Amino acid sequence: MSLLHTVNKSPFESNTLDACLNLAKSGSTVLLIEDGVYAATSGNAVADKIKNTSGINFCVLGPDAQARGIEGKLAEGIKVVDYEGFVDLVAEHDAVQAWL
Amino acid sequence: MAKKFMYINRKAPYGTIYALESLEVVLIGAAFDQDVSLAFIGDGVYQLTKGQDTKAIGQKNFSPVYSALGDYEVTKIYIEKESLEERGLTLDDLQHLVWEDEDEDYAEKDSIRLVSRAELADVLDEQDVLLSF
Repeated sequence: MSLLHTVNKSPFESNTLDACLNLAKSGSTVLLIEDGVYAATSGNAVADKIKNTSGINFCVLGPDAQARGIEGKLAEGIKVVDYEGFVDLVAEHDAVQAWL
Repeated sequence: MAKKFMYINRKAPYGTIYALESLEVVLIGAAFDQDVSLAFIGDGVYQLTKGQDTKAIGQKNFSPVYSALGDYEVTKIYIEKESLEERGLTLDDLQHLVWEDEDEDYAEKDSIRLVSRAELADVLDEQDVLLSF
C-alpha cells in the first residue's frame, strides 16, 4: 500500500503540512499543490520539515509554482510534475489523501 | 482633510481571492484622494514575487498591476522584514516598485519600504482606517 498525499495550504498559514507529515509513511508521495507549493522553496523557515523527512517522495505541481513565481527557488530533491504527472501519480498509488 | 488609510495584505495570491480583491479595492479607493499605504505581512509578501506566470493554472496574472500603483499615488508600500526572512526571500525576489515625484521633476523613487515588525507596529498605530485582506 502506498498513498499519495496532497497538501494545498501554505505552511505559514495552517498546520496542514504538519498534519500530513505526521501520518505520511515511508514510501509514500507528498504532492504540494496550490498554496502548498510555498513549502518547497529553499531557505524558508519550514524547509527542514521536508529535508528531515526520509523515505518520502516530495513533488510540487509545476503550474502552481510558476504562477507564484517560485519555480526558480525550489529546494533540492523536490520533483516538479505537470498535470499529466499528477494523473500518473494518482494512478501509481493505491489511494489519495487530500489534506485540506 | 485626508485620512490615513492602510490596506493590510496577509494572504498569498491565487490560492484564495483576497489578494486580487485587495488590489481592486486599493485602485478604487485611490480615486478618493486619501493618504493611502499598503502593508504586506506574512504570506502577503508572496503577492509581490517577480516572475509570476499563471498561464498553466488558468487564472489572471494580476501581479503586473502592482507596478501601476505609483501612478495612482499609492507610493508607500511597507514590507515586513521578518515575514520575508521566514520565507527565505529578500527584496531582490520582489518586484521593484517605484513612483514619480512631480515636485522633483518626476524623479523616480522607491515605493517599497522594508520595515521591521516593531517599525510596522508604529506605522499601524498612526492610521485612521485599517482595511484587512
